[in-house]
Amino acid sequence: MVQSLDRSQGRAGGVAAGAASNHGTYTGNRALQIEEPLIFEMGQPGRCGVDLPEPPKVKDRLNGLRRAGTIGLPGLSEPQVVQHYTRLSQKNYAIDMGVYPLGSCTMKHNPRINEKVARLAGIGDLHPLQPVSTVQGALELIDRLAHWLKTLTGMPAVAMSPAAGAHGEMCGMMAIAAALEAKGERAQRKVVLAPESAHGTNPATAAALGFTVKPIPANDRGRVDLAALKAALGPDVAAIMLTNPNTCGLFESEIVEISKAVHDAGAYFYCDGANFNAIVGRVRPGDLGIDCMHINLHKTFSTPHGGGGPGAGPVVLSAALAPYAPYPWIVKDGDTWRVAEDGAKVDGTPLGRLKAFHGQMGMFTRALAYIMSHGADGLKQVAEDAVLSANYVMAALKDVMSPAFEGPCMHEALFDDSFLKDTGVSTLDFAKAMIDEGYHPMTMYFPLVVHGAMLIEPTESQAKEDLDQFIGALRSLTERAKTGTAAEEFKAAPRFSPRRRLDETLAARKPILRWRPSNNPPEGDPMKQAAE
Amino acid sequence: MRYLPLTDADRREMLSVIGAKSVDDLFKDVPASARLGAKIGGLPDHQGELEVERAFQAFAAKNVSPGTAPFFIGAGAYRHHVPSTVDYMIQRGEFLTSYTPYQPEITQGTLQYLFEFQTQVTLLTGMDVANASMYDGSTGTAEAVLMANRITRRHKALISGGLHPQYRSIIETTAKWEGFKPVLSKADAEGLEDLIASVDKDTSCVVVQNPSFFGHVRDFTKLAEACHAAGALLIVVVTEVVSLGLLKPPGEMGADIVVCEGQSIGNGLGFGGPYVGLFATRDKYMRQMPGRLVGETVDADGKRGFVLTLSTREQHIRREKATSNICTNAGLCALAFTVHLTLLGEAGFTRLAEINHAKASQLADKVSAIPGVKLLNDSFFNEFTVKLPKPAAPVVEALAAKRILGGLPVSRLIPNDPSVENLLLLAATETATDMGMDPLVAALKEVL
Repeated sequence: MVQSLDRSQGRAGGVAAGAASNHGTYTGNRALQIEEPLIFEMGQPGRCGVDLPEPPKVKDRLNGLRRAGTIGLPGLSEPQVVQHYTRLSQKNYAIDMGVYPLGSCTMKHNPRINEKVARLAGIGDLHPLQPVSTVQGALELIDRLAHWLKTLTGMPAVAMSPAAGAHGEMCGMMAIAAALEAKGERAQRKVVLAPESAHGTNPATAAALGFTVKPIPANDRGRVDLAALKAALGPDVAAIMLTNPNTCGLFESEIVEISKAVHDAGAYFYCDGANFNAIVGRVRPGDLGIDCMHINLHKTFSTPHGGGGPGAGPVVLSAALAPYAPYPWIVKDGDTWRVAEDGAKVDGTPLGRLKAFHGQMGMFTRALAYIMSHGADGLKQVAEDAVLSANYVMAALKDVMSPAFEGPCMHEALFDDSFLKDTGVSTLDFAKAMIDEGYHPMTMYFPLVVHGAMLIEPTESQAKEDLDQFIGALRSLTERAKTGTAAEEFKAAPRFSPRRRLDETLAARKPILRWRPSNNPPEGDPMKQAAE
Repeated sequence: MRYLPLTDADRREMLSVIGAKSVDDLFKDVPASARLGAKIGGLPDHQGELEVERAFQAFAAKNVSPGTAPFFIGAGAYRHHVPSTVDYMIQRGEFLTSYTPYQPEITQGTLQYLFEFQTQVTLLTGMDVANASMYDGSTGTAEAVLMANRITRRHKALISGGLHPQYRSIIETTAKWEGFKPVLSKADAEGLEDLIASVDKDTSCVVVQNPSFFGHVRDFTKLAEACHAAGALLIVVVTEVVSLGLLKPPGEMGADIVVCEGQSIGNGLGFGGPYVGLFATRDKYMRQMPGRLVGETVDADGKRGFVLTLSTREQHIRREKATSNICTNAGLCALAFTVHLTLLGEAGFTRLAEINHAKASQLADKVSAIPGVKLLNDSFFNEFTVKLPKPAAPVVEALAAKRILGGLPVSRLIPNDPSVENLLLLAATETATDMGMDPLVAALKEVL
């Protein structure tokens, strides 16, 4: 009877029983906010979103292994698919919509020329195993990006194949293990030092490679405690993994002393390059004495974050580690590019292979377009504007919020939750209230070394007017919280988002990780109420 | 510079609010020895969009795109037609420029499509649960071996000679540096391998591929039984996910972990990446999985919603005790997969698979009719191996000189092995036509 209800698995019904709680609408929708079922609740046999020809008749050569039953995929027409995913898209916050100050993630503008050039047929439509004579331009493109990355970091070599930052960490730490093995020290050096403020990927990577992770405390200035580091260094230490600028948004001012101490102890210096945006074009990590560093192309070089990837994590390597770079190596012989794949003779002893084919070409293309658009002059300006914007936010909020450390920050401003003391409002509540103001919250509760941490990274992409409005919103939320009477209001946030706070405990206690015909929408869901 | 909104006046005003004289003051924590006064030398300055586009057109012009030549290469990356809707949808800024859905109230779009993706993966593979994606099939396979080692507390992994050589290589690399023992069977071009007798009480897992790298289609039910009898796990890898439209799914063969390269659905060839890894397992191993998981729950008003869940397995919570170090994965490629598969649906996906099989069958008949060329496969899906009367690598080069991308010489991925020197791997998808097949056959006759 009612067409709009057919989408929830054909459960017929009348006006939504819980219409009042659904803001009084018949559908549960609220203007542009459309309640959207799962595709599995929408499909009808006989519908299809593609037109494919009859297959030619041939003798079956499947070794008798034809699928017996149906798969269970729903059938939808093309307009239904477009509407479904368009509606879902409208439930997302994104960089294209405004300030996305997620600290440590560098949510900067993603230029569309990057998308366009990545889709040129001569770049996007190439098979990785075509004869190398037919992909000379693609190999040249990768080498051009490699040249930029080496020059910007002041490092002699780069391994291009890692698929994301964490994969790059794996690559760099394997190279360190390989170098230790070549020196006959792998069995002896089993400890990796990492600050307590490190990204979780650092200890996870080191542990996967069989290293014991030893945390290094921070000093009261938010930097590595040099004395504690020196005390921890010894003949059992393989490497230090250190993010710089660090996860508190601060430059490790004693980094030259740190790298000297690490090298004097016979260990290597892995630099986590997640925060390279703060210094790109202005400081070369190679000048600081590092041995390797991964570069998140999806952070510093604007390849889209895509809802959680794909990323790319090339690793620049010092002369000491360069011989161990994994396959493939892209090599130029005279005027011709070639790919040295597994087993090929190269000027080194590769640690092996980390990924099929040649790396995240689509990300290389986008990153290079971004780099060429900026040039050496523009990239320097990127770092300066990113640092300036973060310091501006910090300066404009420091009288009402509580900066975790004194002095200028780099590209992100870190606050603790002491300004919320006795208000009944937590970091989480404060972040959720930002959603109602139209912002994606900052990174919360990271780094772990700061109580109730709030890490704000505005990036260089925001106009001053937009930063001012963002600052105004945070000041206003802070004032409200400090009245001491607003805790309930904060705990009820967000109120205007497509969903209010979600029960994460329930999700973990009774995991439902896929749709099944039996898991209908729960009580209280507009779909359910409409059906009853 | 078109991407930078701050004006010089803005910058001056912001510096005065900060109380700094110049931006250099903000970099004073950088040791003086490393502070660069000027921009880095030897690199060009910024360029307009037109100039940048021209530069990339110049790179593109030096390549031969498969769209402009007869094309028959597979080997873990397949050229399929991707509907326009897919590319439109993944370029919507709300998907493209969002990140990992840490704030579920304003990322339900990402979370719901990942939940749909996970469900689709379980349906295709015949498994209970799937994660929200891995980087690709190759890295996912190495993660599957590590997961099996964790579950069984054993360290011997039997690796089939039918597994993609680069996947084998990644497992070897992982084993060397993370400390387990891979036992690699020799390349199985004829599809005669039987690993049942090799499974013993020290075996953590057996890794097989279906269809194999050489194209053979096999039933691994008995191998799964042998694994389970010995307390080992069976890992089935699928590099051509379209095959699951026609073939008995690995879940029905008794697989414990299934890893697929999902590139074929929704994602172009892209010179090798980014792709998307599908990763599925049994309910009982759910908490040993690597990667992100999206689960269903309710919000404060009782409405259905989705969140990242079981994150106590992951690096940002568990740190050195995490199941994997993976963080960013392949979100947007997973969206492309999901949108494409939703457009296909049951009818479209199974028909796409039928067409692929039929095209490959036609190609196999045509090529194996060439004197001296021998088809090695009794069975295949959309890819098969032929033995040429002479080494395949120069043959493929000679074809390329005629602007024909005529398959992969197996020796490129398995070098220094005389037994595979003459082998050529050929694939045909729905994009193959007679107008492409006939020139290939004619050229092969000339070159051989």
